[in-house]
Amino acid sequence: MADPAVMTAGPAVHVHHELGFWRTYIFSTDHKMIGRQFLFLGLFMLIVGGALAMLMRWQLAWPETAVPGFGWVPEPYMVEGIIPPNTYNSLFTMHATIMIFFAVMPIMIGCFGNFLIPLMIGARDMAFPVLNMVSFWSGLLGGLVMLAGFFVPGGHAAGGWTAYAPLTAKAIYTGVDWGQNLWNISLIILGVSSMMGSINYITTVVNMRAPGMTWFRLPLVIWSLFITAILLLLALPVLTSALAMLLFDRNLGTHFFLPEGGGEPLLWQHLFWFFGHPEVYVLVLPAMGVTSDVLSTFSRKPIFGYRAMAFSMIAIAFLSWIVWGHHMFISGMNPLLGTAFMLSTMVIAVPSAIKTFNWLGTLWGGSIRFATPMLFALAFVSNFVIGGLSGIFMASTPVDIFIHDTYYIVAHFHYVVAGIIFAMFAAIYYWFPKIFGRKLNETLGKLHFWPTFIFFNGVFFPMHILGVGGMMRRIYNPLQYEFLQPLQPINVFITANAFLLGLVQILFVVNFVWSLIAGKPSERNPWQANTLEWAAPSPPPHGNWGEALPVVHGGPYEYSVPGMAEDYLPQNQSRRPSPTLAKRHGPSGGQVTA
Amino acid sequence: MMRWLPENVSTYGGEVDSLFYLIYYITAAVFILVTVAMIAFLVMYRQRQGRRAIYSHGNTTLEIVWTVVPAIILVALSFISQATWARIKGHVPPSDFKVQVTAKQFNWEILYPGPDRKFGTADDLVLENQLHVPVGQAVEVVLQAKDVIHSFFLPNLRLKQDAVPGREIPVWFEATKPGQYEMPCAELCGFGHSGMKGWLYVHTPEEYAKWVKEKWPAS
Repeated sequence: MADPAVMTAGPAVHVHHELGFWRTYIFSTDHKMIGRQFLFLGLFMLIVGGALAMLMRWQLAWPETAVPGFGWVPEPYMVEGIIPPNTYNSLFTMHATIMIFFAVMPIMIGCFGNFLIPLMIGARDMAFPVLNMVSFWSGLLGGLVMLAGFFVPGGHAAGGWTAYAPLTAKAIYTGVDWGQNLWNISLIILGVSSMMGSINYITTVVNMRAPGMTWFRLPLVIWSLFITAILLLLALPVLTSALAMLLFDRNLGTHFFLPEGGGEPLLWQHLFWFFGHPEVYVLVLPAMGVTSDVLSTFSRKPIFGYRAMAFSMIAIAFLSWIVWGHHMFISGMNPLLGTAFMLSTMVIAVPSAIKTFNWLGTLWGGSIRFATPMLFALAFVSNFVIGGLSGIFMASTPVDIFIHDTYYIVAHFHYVVAGIIFAMFAAIYYWFPKIFGRKLNETLGKLHFWPTFIFFNGVFFPMHILGVGGMMRRIYNPLQYEFLQPLQPINVFITANAFLLGLVQILFVVNFVWSLIAGKPSERNPWQANTLEWAAPSPPPHGNWGEALPVVHGGPYEYSVPGMAEDYLPQNQSRRPSPTLAKRHGPSGGQVTA
Repeated sequence: MMRWLPENVSTYGGEVDSLFYLIYYITAAVFILVTVAMIAFLVMYRQRQGRRAIYSHGNTTLEIVWTVVPAIILVALSFISQATWARIKGHVPPSDFKVQVTAKQFNWEILYPGPDRKFGTADDLVLENQLHVPVGQAVEVVLQAKDVIHSFFLPNLRLKQDAVPGREIPVWFEATKPGQYEMPCAELCGFGHSGMKGWLYVHTPEEYAKWVKEKWPAS
């Protein structure tokens, strides 16, 4: 293999080349600008997806009453402010679709993947900067196509984000025509966008690590993004193929999923979940990576069991391919397959348990600083514990018979997937100074944290009770069922908490916008962290490192090393003379930036 | 939380509930342990003047313990679950009471074979959204769907099974208590999904005989 220093020397040539407005801010090939673009796209979509959830919650608490302030929405979307059933079905379909594909993925993978990978491995940019730009713009196109679905006759897709055929395979079954077509087309475009991103991430991590950045000196967030990119690369083609087949069934008269022509409805579920379960880990692995980095930095302590953390993510990645059938225990699939998938699903809980215990081990004996990023990372761990444990219930096939398709499942996956929002906020509060060169306000951050944590649990914890009570997910009006009527006060309680949860996010928006314009300028390393991105200026210039690439001398989590005055030791700071590095890069071992 | 479970009136429902409780107790214990440890660490190891964090990269013995112990518990749970799973879904016990339930947007169509116990004969009877069964007798339901996927859900019987177009899926249950139980659809099946429901009527032997007499006066 060529020397990494030689391989990354290329882009350095045009580091000081000045670019115009369009090439700097709009059609940028700089990984940092693309990261920021993904962040804005994701945050915008997060607001859209959140608003859809609020409408759903209104309907569930006070079914078939007019939503205040929504009288202007034309029929058939709403009738004098009342949400009709098909609109409700579109609401939960699009809430999930937007949150998963256009909020969590663009922020956790698009933004932080792009921003952090080159900076944390000591590269000047991604391996394929133009491909990276195309990845963002095709992602945006996918988003626009998805939003366009709200404005076509028949309304948006209403078959659930899982889009089970045959419901979605024929327009007459839902009454939705172009909405579902656009949904398919949008996700195919987004799939292409993610493929381009994944190829870039994998290539960059494999080939462009700075001198001395060995695999086991990579920060865990980079490990998580690297593994995520591999999962995406392997899972997305399956979804893309299935989406194309569904589109053909809808429009070209094929019968892949339609039994009247010899098709098989369960084939859709197998293909969808073969993508869908790795996808869950695509969403949660970067959150685990962020949490590991933040926990270690603010505990001022090395991460507990670094290798176990990396290997458990690799184990999750492998196992994620053989658990998809747990979504199909009661689908009509052979019950013997159910047994096999139960066993694999129980086993995949083990690496998650290892991660949780290692996070606890990291806190043990630390010197913990409760800055806002730390609070959000701790909340991610605590929510993940609930989400992980509640998953064991549905892994057990007999229990799943009862709780499948109930709010127990909704509670479970929101504790995991909506819980990612806490890791996302941790990441935003932590890296905002590096991304924008200014700090977010700490007081506002804490004021944002506490109600968010409390109301989040107020929304999602009672959903377990609804699930135990048997309340089915995706029903429009729980009052239509006698056995669910006693649960209605819980629905009202959840809705009140959901509105408050939405409301307190204003504090974040205010903090974000205000700090972006007038926040306190940040020094290079405001958190006294070790990883390489903090060695670059805030925000880093085009090319990141000036003339010389950083040289890595140690692991990312060397905090509170005995015998040192400081309680942190940046990765690029030289330690005792290393004979191999000294030979290659001279005794000084590259630049040291305080 | 578990007191919200609907009353169980099925022979195998008790087994499902015991597993539910078992996992509930295990997970609640783990949750409490982890949360208490976490809060304790956050309090004990908060930043204080003059104290430095411990410099430790881990502890192999501890890590092996917390890998192996959860693995054993989880695999054991799989084996315990398997017995119940096999009893409910692995086979259908021999039954002289058989009905066909066909799901369609947005009703359950229930086909009774009549006194001759054969489908496709003159005494077959179709009722919408009403499933009448005698108490204490194994009932075999053959599930079909006409249009999209539906899910046959009897919360009180701890039974749920998707009805898939193009397939015949047999399921069974045995009710232990006479009464009227709701029978919703649990899989999104279109704009009328919410409200797609029927009733399961579990009759005492006498009541059941009366119902049969009413529907098939000739027999």
